[in-house]
Amino acid sequence: MKAHRKQPLYLAFLLHRISGLGLALFLPLHFYVLGLSLQGDATLDRFLHWSQQPLMKFVEFGLVFLLALHFFGGLRLLALENMPWSNRQKNYAALAVAAAFFVAGGFLLRAF
Amino acid sequence: MLEIRLYLAQRISAAIMAPLVLLHLGLMIYAIQGGLDAGEILARTRGSLFWGSTYGLFVIAVSVHTALGLRNIMREWLQLRGMVLSSLSWLFFCGLAFAGLRAIAGLVGMS
Amino acid sequence: MSDSSTASITVHVWRGNSEGGSFDEFQVPQQPSQTILDIVTWIQRNLDAGLSYRFACRVGMCGSCAMMVNGIPRWTCRTHVNKVMRDKQLTIEPLRNLPVIKDLACDMSEFFAKWNQAQGQFQGSTTRDEKIAPISPCSPEREAANAAIECINCAICYASCDVVAWNRDYLGPAALNRAWSLQNDVRDTAGESRLAAVAGDAGCHRCHSQQGCASYCPNELNPTASIAGLKRLTASDFLRRRYRSRHA
Repeated sequence: MKAHRKQPLYLAFLLHRISGLGLALFLPLHFYVLGLSLQGDATLDRFLHWSQQPLMKFVEFGLVFLLALHFFGGLRLLALENMPWSNRQKNYAALAVAAAFFVAGGFLLRAF
Repeated sequence: MLEIRLYLAQRISAAIMAPLVLLHLGLMIYAIQGGLDAGEILARTRGSLFWGSTYGLFVIAVSVHTALGLRNIMREWLQLRGMVLSSLSWLFFCGLAFAGLRAIAGLVGMS
Repeated sequence: MSDSSTASITVHVWRGNSEGGSFDEFQVPQQPSQTILDIVTWIQRNLDAGLSYRFACRVGMCGSCAMMVNGIPRWTCRTHVNKVMRDKQLTIEPLRNLPVIKDLACDMSEFFAKWNQAQGQFQGSTTRDEKIAPISPCSPEREAANAAIECINCAICYASCDVVAWNRDYLGPAALNRAWSLQNDVRDTAGESRLAAVAGDAGCHRCHSQQGCASYCPNELNPTASIAGLKRLTASDFLRRRYRSRHA
């Protein structure tokens, strides 16, 4: 990574962009699977049962983590742009990552 | 004034999604226990105006937000401009909105 | 510091012009309290008189000596060698995001052109014969303007900005910071047209709040905070206009 990018808020930007990109790539698949219900309950059910193997639960954990990361990071940006300026952006960015781990961890614990 | 419209669309769609994402995250953590089951999901969603309209709004907001996010990425990382950029952004918006609303139609049972 | 006269630093200096170039290696004796500008000057006076670079005041006021030092934009006259040196090595390059004239000297034209494009000049309505405007130093506008006025136009923020690198037309942190400062000047009369100037395709809405500008600004200004202010102003102005045109 270029030297001038080695600062926490560039990392926060990169996480927000990569998580957003990941979610954007996942969405068509998500909609396709839910659309299977149009072909009857059985088709959707076959996929959902296939998705219950342990490996898929870790993939789902990853997706929940991406969503939570983009959500909490996005809240920080909305606050940054629309509320009086705060100099604690690095703290908030770290808090957003921690909150995302917390939520995704909660999901993983319930999944097994 | 295009840029400020797109900026507002991105931020307003984000603000609309904030409570919906929270709901979605809570729902996932709740529903994942004991595994996902089509019958269980569809029993809740079939014929439900609440889930249909809530997730309908979610799909529209997420389509706007995703298309604009991808537009930024295509512009900055792929250096696309002009017609190519706007056509691809519209394509992403329409594709996502169509697929998302189609999925909701399946879940709510309006097909 | 008994060994300071004998220790030597390996300095990689970028040489070339807008068409390209490469690094030259120099050995420079280390001295106490040495700055990066001292290093460059020592090379030019003792090793290679053809080395081109720019400086004027040497005390952090004029903003002309900024360069990339080990990949980070810095004001070289106030940057101490022992704070930035790694393994007795230094890499010195011209500022990023600006066309190079020769070696370490950049062409600052586009940087200043964008300052003008963002309407970075004060527009008043009074003459020198009238009384000085009474402005309370603790009014919110004055405090907002105050936070942004110490800019020395060194272009360090411009060099650190990835949005400038990705979009050559983007006005950049310095020009937008200046515009925000003037928007908060209650004597200024060009607010409306300035808001339009910073809300365009290359304006404040392109900023991703990475805060590289704020991290490296030698005067500890925060252009990201100023740009966030401009985003709020332009957004509320846009919505107000739309509302008025619908309900006129």
